[in-house]
Amino acid sequence: MSTDDKRRLALEKSMKEHNYEESALLEILHRAQEIYGYLDKELLMDIAQSLHLPPSHVFGVATFYSYFKLKRPGQHVITGCLGTACYVKGVDEIMRAIEKEYNIKRGESTPDGKLSLLVTRCIGACAMAPAIVVDDEMIAKATKEVVLQKIKEVLGGDKPESR
Amino acid sequence: MGDAIVTLKIDGVEVHVPEGTMILKAAKDNGIIIPTLCNLEGLTPYGGCRLCLVEISGSPKLFAACITPVSSGMEVTTQSEKLKEYRKMAVQLLLAEKSHVCSVCVANDHCELQSLANELGVDHTMFERNFTKEEIDSTHDFLVIDRNRCILCTRCIRVCDEIEGVHTLDLRMRGKDAQIIMDLDNKWVNSCSCTSCRKCAKVCPVGAIYIEGEPVGHTKHKEIAEFITERRQRKCK
Amino acid sequence: MEATSLNLADIQKIAEQEVDFERAYKYRINVCCSSGCVPLGALKVLKAFEDAVKELGVEKECKVARTGCPGTCAVGPAVMIEPGDYLYQNVTPEKAREIVRDHVVLGLPVKEMLYKNEAFYKKQQRLVLRNAGKIDPQRIQDYIAMGGYSAIVKCLATMTPQGVIYEVSTSGLRGRGGAGFPTGQKWGLVARAHSKPKYIVANLDEGDPGVFANRTLAEADPHAILEGMLIAAYAIGAEKGYLYIRSEYPLAIQTLQKAIAQARSISLLGDNILETGFKFDVELRFGAGAFVAGEETAILASVEGRRAMPRPRPPYPANSGLWGKPTLIQNVETLANIPLIIQNGGVWFSKIGTPRCTGTKCFSLTGKTKNPGLIEVPMGITLREVVFDIGGGVPEGRKFKAVLVGGPSGGCLPDTLLELPVDYDSLTRVGAIMGSGGIVVLDDKSCMVDTAKFFTEFCVDESCGRCTPCRAGLIRIKEIFDGITQGDARVEDITTLEKAGVYIRDASLCGLGQTAPNPVLTTLRYFKDEYLEHIQDKKCRAGKCFKNKEEEV
Ligand SMILES: Cc1cc2nc3c(=O)[nH]c(=O)nc-3n(C[C@H](O)[C@H](O)[C@H](O)COP(=O)(O)O)c2cc1C
Ligand code: SF4
Ligand code: SF4
Ligand code: SF4
Ligand code: FES
Ligand code: FES
Ligand code: FES
Repeated sequence: MSTDDKRRLALEKSMKEHNYEESALLEILHRAQEIYGYLDKELLMDIAQSLHLPPSHVFGVATFYSYFKLKRPGQHVITGCLGTACYVKGVDEIMRAIEKEYNIKRGESTPDGKLSLLVTRCIGACAMAPAIVVDDEMIAKATKEVVLQKIKEVLGGDKPESR
Repeated sequence: MGDAIVTLKIDGVEVHVPEGTMILKAAKDNGIIIPTLCNLEGLTPYGGCRLCLVEISGSPKLFAACITPVSSGMEVTTQSEKLKEYRKMAVQLLLAEKSHVCSVCVANDHCELQSLANELGVDHTMFERNFTKEEIDSTHDFLVIDRNRCILCTRCIRVCDEIEGVHTLDLRMRGKDAQIIMDLDNKWVNSCSCTSCRKCAKVCPVGAIYIEGEPVGHTKHKEIAEFITERRQRKCK
Repeated sequence: MEATSLNLADIQKIAEQEVDFERAYKYRINVCCSSGCVPLGALKVLKAFEDAVKELGVEKECKVARTGCPGTCAVGPAVMIEPGDYLYQNVTPEKAREIVRDHVVLGLPVKEMLYKNEAFYKKQQRLVLRNAGKIDPQRIQDYIAMGGYSAIVKCLATMTPQGVIYEVSTSGLRGRGGAGFPTGQKWGLVARAHSKPKYIVANLDEGDPGVFANRTLAEADPHAILEGMLIAAYAIGAEKGYLYIRSEYPLAIQTLQKAIAQARSISLLGDNILETGFKFDVELRFGAGAFVAGEETAILASVEGRRAMPRPRPPYPANSGLWGKPTLIQNVETLANIPLIIQNGGVWFSKIGTPRCTGTKCFSLTGKTKNPGLIEVPMGITLREVVFDIGGGVPEGRKFKAVLVGGPSGGCLPDTLLELPVDYDSLTRVGAIMGSGGIVVLDDKSCMVDTAKFFTEFCVDESCGRCTPCRAGLIRIKEIFDGITQGDARVEDITTLEKAGVYIRDASLCGLGQTAPNPVLTTLRYFKDEYLEHIQDKKCRAGKCFKNKEEEV
């Protein structure tokens, strides 16, 4: 079975578990994002048809919540917390340093898809603000130097293409 | 809705209406007109535009007349300095939000926002105006959407869903980024669900959805409400 | 654990067994493995303690437990050794062995590593967080041994639903999610609603950026929330509950999933709870990054799988909530108070805090404070006590400037208001709100204009877009702030800010818009001189503003 079929099967299973109920749309979008990494239009149409929902409704829900990604994220994802505690502790400066270093803006990816810089609002690590997540690993009490070093490490030498 | 009749006062006038009636309707049935934008009789009230705000004695808060049901002994004020200020503010904010240039708009002279601005005497906005540059979608045979004029009242969404029953339209994103979309944010011509019924163009209070080549004054005839009510009743039978 | 059907008396038996089992141990090492400490290496510390206990041959008298957060997150990984509640800070795997050797084997606590700040706990009163950092949240027996689930047993065995509501009303408990609505009254409304089925939605959306109180509670003591839901369900006659949690909290989600599974396995959730015929089950629902989804009508839309747009009230959720059925929406901290009220009585609870605001409140204390962390204080404590006694004041010798209470829609309060008691009504009077429990301390390096701008930006991003004031108004406020902080503003802009702020507050449909101008209005009220300085002298005394432009040029 191809990976595509396997993924589709996993999604189907999840929809079946929820009896194809309309109200399970959010759970299913969560699951779909887990399986596919992001939600493209084809996938959303598939979900709309399976749950018998108008496509515009599904698109509306998927874009209302900022957790759902409609574009393929970069290979490496950096997420800066822009919650109050982190802001007060100067996360903005770290973000600006990353933006400058990799010539990338918040919410964007480098053209070669190597690196994405995302923002979130509070990941609950406020007592150790500022917090920055580099590929699933959280850096607490982050500083510019530590974060830039860490990004360099995960990128493993090759500097992503800048625009 | 019960059969019980409720007595209340609107602008000092005693009115009697069935229980469950919204203040807006109670007022209208008694000849008192409250400004509105998002409300349209026959569609589920939305409570979004906040033009219909009224005061109710005994409460420091303001209430949207289109979504607040009457209750016995209520005393409603629909006109006051503060309310006028607030209505002007809402119109100013809507004008400042997108590119509203009446002189070049298809709906010039047939626009509910424009006539409200005139009625309330809004001749300038205290905010920097924001001229949006959304692409106009005129791919459909005759329906056009210009999102630069949309005030997000969602009348089109509601009429498409509740009356036409196809739910082609919805909103994408949220807050300031919210926009009307067709299906999966497709171009209109590619919509797989639209029946081209024109209802959305009929209910749009401004010049955001219109019919190409048809004078807007013709599209937006005054009897939309009756039209909808009639469709509703037909559906029920 | 296998699914077994227990009855009311069995809970007591489990508790007794567990207490006996615990008694065999002389020491108990509680390693905080909550979200704060894990990134600092808590899991390695846990392993090091387990190894050290074995190597030093004290595993029979010393238990190592994986627990939730004791509140001192800034100095994590934190480890507490019982008896005596010795709290060790910044523990590393290397230090673990030393601690076991000295403290457990020799009986000599390692003084240098102890958390020294006594004041941190002294003014706190930990009721909701009674078990936090002391029990293993992944073991239901731990909770039961602490008297857990005895309250629902008491309800089922001896109390009528009306009796339960009466106790909750007597306690004076008010909702901890922000608005402070009397909980007993809300239960009464839902209980009296005619239609069926009825639902409960437990609110763990905690969208306020900079607040982690609910998350910490869920990670430390998930069963307290579940027991609260059970009691509420019994009182109002609900059969199904949804626990809505943000997806940004993976560890809390795991902990709750496990807790629900364990509760089901011993028939504390399910079709025939403790063989009494009472039926209730809980399902988790996940948020997806929308602050407004915490609003009570928006959370309903979200649970139903729709866009989280608040809708007008009436109808109130108590009459028409999920799928048009009566629904009780309650914050998880509110729910965690319930078992205590049932165990000790409403009268007992009503004596804690102030007469109008009873009980305690959890706050996450962050920003420029010496002791950031999670605290629980009696209502009516003053801001000064929180900021200076518990928080230890401002670090690095800087000067206190303001305290932000209530998250992004709270208020910025100056030092002249430090004597203000922390309760719903006092905070509202000065333009702030209780919110879901965030206190952020600002020092003289923070710019008040920049702070107000930051919060406005947050609300612009989080507005659902339904109503004009909030959607079309906040963005204009933000633009004016951009002007002020970049040297492109006029004094009249202050009037525009004020006017627009008041309008948005009064005219918005839901709580988000109604409270979003609070930071703007409070900073204008208490720090107007800073605005004028920015506009007239193009000067920012904190050195924050007028930067972006230069950089871009
Ligand atoms: C914009 C907005 C966000 C909210 N977010 C939360 C939240 O994250 N958690 C919460 O418990 N209540 C939140 N609330 C309050 C809820 O609407 C509701 O009042 C509360 O959950 C009721 O529970 P309680 O009575 O136990 O406080 C929010 C309200 C608003 C207006
Ligand atoms: S033309 Fe009719 S079906 Fe098509 S979008 Fe408009 S209302 Fe909906
Ligand atoms: S297109 Fe017209 S009807 Fe639809 S939301 Fe915009 S203004 Fe309202
Ligand atoms: S106040 Fe803001 S969040 Fe609330 S309904 Fe209006 S637009 Fe939506
Ligand atoms: S504000 Fe950044 S983790 Fe909470
Ligand atoms: S008409 Fe009432 S809010 Fe728009
Ligand atoms: S998370 Fe470990 S002390 Fe708070």
